[in-house]
Amino acid sequence: MDKSVLLILLVFLLATFGFVVTGERGERADFVLVNGAEPQTLDPAIMTGVIEGRIADALFEGLTVPDPKTLAPLPGVAERWTTSPDGLTYRFFLRKTQWTNGDPVTAHDFVYSWRRALAPATAAEYAYMLYHVENGEEYNKGKIADPAQVGVRALDDSTLEVKLRQPTAFFLGLTSFSTLLPVHRQCVEQHGDAWTRPENIVTNGPFALAEWQIGRHIRVRRNPAYRDAGAVSLRTMDFLAVESVNTAFNLYLSGEADFVANVPPHLRPILQGRPDYHTGTYLGTYYFLFNVRRPPFNDIRVRKAFSMAVDKQEIVKFITKGGEAPATSFVPAGMPGYTPIAGLPFDLDRARKLFAEAGYPDGKGFPKVAFLYNTSEANREIAEVVQEMFRKGLNVTVELVNQEWKVYLANTKEGNYEMARASWIGDYVDPNTFLDMWVTGGGNNRAGWSHPGYDSLIRRAAVEMDPAQRMELFRRAERILIEGEAAILPLYHYVSTEMYRPEVEGIWPNIRSVHPMTRVRVAGR
Amino acid sequence: MIRTIVRRLLWLIPVLFIIATLSFILPRTVPGGPFTGEKELPPAVKANLEKKYHLDKPVVLNVAALKEGRLLRAFTDTQYFVYMKSLLRGDLGPSFKYKDRSVNEIIARSLPVSLSLGTMAMTFALLVGISAGVAAAVRKNSWVDYSAMGLAMTGVCIPNFILGLLLLILFSFDLGWLPPGGWGGVRYMLMPAVVLGAPYAAYVARLTRGSMLEVIGQDYIRTAKAKGLSPRAVVLRHALRNGMVPVVAFLGPAMAGILTGSLVVEKIFAIPGIGSHFVNGALNRDYTLVMGTVLVYSALLVLFNLAADVAQTFIDPRVRLE
Repeated sequence: MDKSVLLILLVFLLATFGFVVTGERGERADFVLVNGAEPQTLDPAIMTGVIEGRIADALFEGLTVPDPKTLAPLPGVAERWTTSPDGLTYRFFLRKTQWTNGDPVTAHDFVYSWRRALAPATAAEYAYMLYHVENGEEYNKGKIADPAQVGVRALDDSTLEVKLRQPTAFFLGLTSFSTLLPVHRQCVEQHGDAWTRPENIVTNGPFALAEWQIGRHIRVRRNPAYRDAGAVSLRTMDFLAVESVNTAFNLYLSGEADFVANVPPHLRPILQGRPDYHTGTYLGTYYFLFNVRRPPFNDIRVRKAFSMAVDKQEIVKFITKGGEAPATSFVPAGMPGYTPIAGLPFDLDRARKLFAEAGYPDGKGFPKVAFLYNTSEANREIAEVVQEMFRKGLNVTVELVNQEWKVYLANTKEGNYEMARASWIGDYVDPNTFLDMWVTGGGNNRAGWSHPGYDSLIRRAAVEMDPAQRMELFRRAERILIEGEAAILPLYHYVSTEMYRPEVEGIWPNIRSVHPMTRVRVAGR
Repeated sequence: MIRTIVRRLLWLIPVLFIIATLSFILPRTVPGGPFTGEKELPPAVKANLEKKYHLDKPVVLNVAALKEGRLLRAFTDTQYFVYMKSLLRGDLGPSFKYKDRSVNEIIARSLPVSLSLGTMAMTFALLVGISAGVAAAVRKNSWVDYSAMGLAMTGVCIPNFILGLLLLILFSFDLGWLPPGGWGGVRYMLMPAVVLGAPYAAYVARLTRGSMLEVIGQDYIRTAKAKGLSPRAVVLRHALRNGMVPVVAFLGPAMAGILTGSLVVEKIFAIPGIGSHFVNGALNRDYTLVMGTVLVYSALLVLFNLAADVAQTFIDPRVRLE
């Protein structure tokens, strides 16, 4: 062949293999899970997502760890704890444990880490998890300058004392959350933003960071310095960074991965019944927002009419098809200790009557309203069905507006919408995480709704010591939110959809789909 | 010719400057910012985040300083100036989304992956395309010609994700020869390279065939045949070289196209390339990552076109670089 053409081809071939600097893979890890997209950070104080949380739970250990079945707080770094009778003071007695560099883990580490998470300069999005601690909110918002005033202090190396602002029933459950995990002070101060690199990071959890290849995987290996290293079965574990849920599924099917946390939604009906497909209630709700600050949804009767014109059963049966439960309340039905309220039923007669009372008999005179949804196949399908329901049931035109995620967020926050879809995932297992967002002026109250009776019930629930009474206060509050005022329209509760091989043991379903990796073992590896 | 090359390279500087400015301003005009998230941030936290990333400064012009009469500060105490200054040092800034990484690092890790994949795709495209095109031209209007051009038409028309799915079903699941995704060796590159290179192979085939047909009709080819050279020597040693001219011209934009078009392939096969950062950066409003990837792409585009032009002068002595 002609020399010059040959030369060009040769250049290309060389370039191809010359660029392969990334190298071959090592041996397959004992347990490979598809985590989702590339994690944004490994710093527990500033992470926000489930993706990052899974890795943090493997690398770090907090005061408590969640029970893999019930999510109840079990002893972690803290061996035992005491609570004062008024529910305001907790004392944690720490075991003698070590960081990966040999330093002892002390109560001072927790003091440092919690103050750091609250420090305004850290700019932690989940700092509000520590607002339950005395002066936590004031320090984070800059009203107090001295971190020593925050209600967490070390009585000695192995005793941590926490003073809360109010008796917070779910506080112990929060101590395993990523924001409250300990970090090694010297490591952070010495390396700054680079402290999470494998060559710098110091951790105290069941696994240690071995490798971090951006966009590919994060490999962790069993930490011999962990307090219970003997109980950890996995030697190595890989968290794969895979963006597409279809690709993740392919990797699982072909044997490259052992666990996927999400399956392609349209495959869910087909996967039902497979022994390796696991689904259960999840702590999240898909709902519709009404902009209650301006017409036409500032009228309760209009909101109720719309709420009763939606056949939720039809949506979960024919559109989402994942086994979701239609929602009568905002708090998911699986919330332990909580009985969901009855909510508003699907009742076209009542809906039409209310609509006529509001001044729109048979839909006459009702303005065209826009329904916002962020780009996604599922959202679009639901929006189209609901649009038809409103047309058939109330004889109104609802215009569907598809917006890109950040644009949609900006618009719903600023109140540039009439109706919008939304979802909320709970941060901890207590109705408060779903209900305290709707108080007057709440940062996440995107409906702009305000009701003094509701506010007072939430405030009372915050200080109520009797668990049953507390739940009752929440139920009363929800009845105002959903039945009385129809401020939002809950549609269905999410389900978790996970697939993992039958050889994988030590994973149990729970409402947050949190699976401590200490218990996981893979038969035959 | 060296002078021309140097001049073209020098032009790169103002071009990149303009692109940097545009890619600085445009993302900031879109609603939503890097810290717009589902959960609302307290104002003090938001203020600190913005301070850390200089988002609290005015974008282009510090009007407050202007009013005070401090003209220099009006320009230097702005986000634009801060960014341009670090750009001159070669620092593309911290990523807004990936808090533990700088943009330099993200690009340094992902660009070689995309380049590697792109060059393998191009090799495949050239090998398959040139062979098919030459075969089709030499056996014009035979079944070889028709089937090659038919395949070429399919290759151009078939969407890359369909081809990807077909290859996945065949090689990953039915035969079990290749992994369905990931990165770490030649096995992981084969299917993505084919999917990426297929439309280019098809285009190169058609281009080659057309060009070869033209060349084969020339007088000097007839002379070579009359001299008694074997048909193979005629085609490969004499006709091919000139037939390659349009293909080489096409190479420049093609390489750039392969690099920028790799996003879908990267998503399907979970490849840690730069394409996903390009798009996700925009969706996440990760301003620095967007600017970094746009600059890298622009530089590569200019360089590849330059290299293609230089290669052309070697192949066809009639072509001169201006």
